[in-house]
Amino acid sequence: MTELLSLAGVHTHIGRYHILQGVDFSVAEGQTTMLLGRNGAGKTSTLRTIMGLWQASAGRISLHGRPIEHSATPDIARLGVGYVPESMAVFSDLTVKENLVLAARDGPLDDARLEWIFGFFPALKRFWLSRAGALSGGQKQMLSIARAIVEPRKLLLIDEPTKGLAPAIVVALIECFAEVKRRGATILLVEQNFFAARELGDSVLVMDNGKIVHRGEMAALASDVALQERLLGLSLETHQ
Amino acid sequence: MMVLSGDPPRSRVLSIVLIVIIAALAVTPLVFPGAKAMNVATKICIFAALVASYDLLLGYTGSVSFAHTMFYGIGSYSVAIALYSMGPGWAAVATGIVIGLPLALLLALAIGLFSLRVEAIFFAMITLAVASAFLVLASQLSWLTGGEDGRSFQLPELLRPGTVLISKGVFGFELNGRVLTYYLIFAGSAAMILALLRVVNSPFGRVLQAIRENRFRAEALGFRTVFHLTYANCIAALVAASAGMLNALWLRYAGPDTSLSFAIMLDILLMVVIGGMGTIYGAIIGAAIFILAQNYLQALMSAASNAAADAGLPLLPGLLHPDRWLLWLGLLFIASVYFFPTGVVGRLRSIGRKPS
Repeated sequence: MTELLSLAGVHTHIGRYHILQGVDFSVAEGQTTMLLGRNGAGKTSTLRTIMGLWQASAGRISLHGRPIEHSATPDIARLGVGYVPESMAVFSDLTVKENLVLAARDGPLDDARLEWIFGFFPALKRFWLSRAGALSGGQKQMLSIARAIVEPRKLLLIDEPTKGLAPAIVVALIECFAEVKRRGATILLVEQNFFAARELGDSVLVMDNGKIVHRGEMAALASDVALQERLLGLSLETHQ
Repeated sequence: MMVLSGDPPRSRVLSIVLIVIIAALAVTPLVFPGAKAMNVATKICIFAALVASYDLLLGYTGSVSFAHTMFYGIGSYSVAIALYSMGPGWAAVATGIVIGLPLALLLALAIGLFSLRVEAIFFAMITLAVASAFLVLASQLSWLTGGEDGRSFQLPELLRPGTVLISKGVFGFELNGRVLTYYLIFAGSAAMILALLRVVNSPFGRVLQAIRENRFRAEALGFRTVFHLTYANCIAALVAASAGMLNALWLRYAGPDTSLSFAIMLDILLMVVIGGMGTIYGAIIGAAIFILAQNYLQALMSAASNAAADAGLPLLPGLLHPDRWLLWLGLLFIASVYFFPTGVVGRLRSIGRKPS
């Protein structure tokens, strides 16, 4: 299987803090890779560093074999990387429509794709011309994800999409990500919800203290309670 | 709707206020042909455009610039110097425009590319430094700018007050060069404001709003925000320079106090805040309120003070003495910011909108 994204010895410093301390992993094309770990392990920092929002102080990051560790964020985005940050990152002064038009960047919205998105998130159609700031938390998250997939992207970096959402919305999100993957996108997903992680993940990476401490098949981790407890300090069974 | 780029005032009261202001400005030469009324109306027109261009920066991108009067000054001086040195003629006006606009554009481009890359505070500091340097330069280069005295010049024949195009007819209205100049300014300012409305409602304007809200998110969507901010800075500079040119044509003079001083910068800031940031329409309201208060508050207070004295009220005549007008102007601003934190336009729009 070809590698779409790979990180080799990536270090990131923020001020005097050494956050990422030599991160190595690769993400296979067409797969959904879960990035798990305790709070503060460096998961969000890893996504931000890949996206160029924080500059890696050492190491190599490559996308399709092309080094991107010195590229600016917009250039990385233009290579086909979509980023869904934590905390429902919509532009609240703009309408739902304007948020999506903005994400389509250079071209008009593709109607068929839009209908496909409305299939997962009908609320977006209902509030098409409303200000995004007036949406509920779940709807904002839907919009944030819709913005990342409104154009076909090669790689999606998604940070804790299910955090604080109602179970019904979580199910809709899982269905959406599974469908996005079927359409050929590669996903690197940070997730605390183990149910979602197990449903979606092909492979899994576990981080601790700014390093990858485990890599393997999601199914293998899901069935090995002892390993879960050792890596994550809790078992998947108790968190469903 | 087409003219307003699909962005109507969205409030009945606001629409009425805007129509009243614009209609009053349109008929000023017919109804109030006096020099003071004409000066006030012209200043409102020019500042409405100037403030709208500043709103593009402050309200739509969130960048604080202190160099806006510099661009205004570049416009004023380029027309003034051209007319002063080449003599009154349209060729001189054209020369002023051909030199002034590209100069403003180049400076805005340079400031933008150098400083908009980094944090907003750096942009503010750079603009402050460049604008101060420019002010010193304008006062020092006396051979070119006339130094502190500035440059007075004569207008082309057509725009002079003495030129009568239509003599007083049955309506008692005379169309002279002065009135023509006024309408030139009125039309020019209106065109600039409509153009700015078009800009902020274009896809480009949406990107600016996205940058204002969260620059990193806009970058993560693939927008090279430094270029968007720089374009916005250039557009604002071009409009400011054009407003400066209109100002010079009206005053037949350009000097540091009328076109470059930081006092003007402060006025612009206040007008944007009073009118309502990020609305463009706020510029018209802000300019009208501010300039009317600046010009008529003193007279109003004098009348009120006399009336209070006649009525034998204690304390009030002293408080309302016309010399205290700046105190009341200050209080008026504090009150307006306190009661209308989103500006007059924001306030009027929120009335009648369903709570969401």
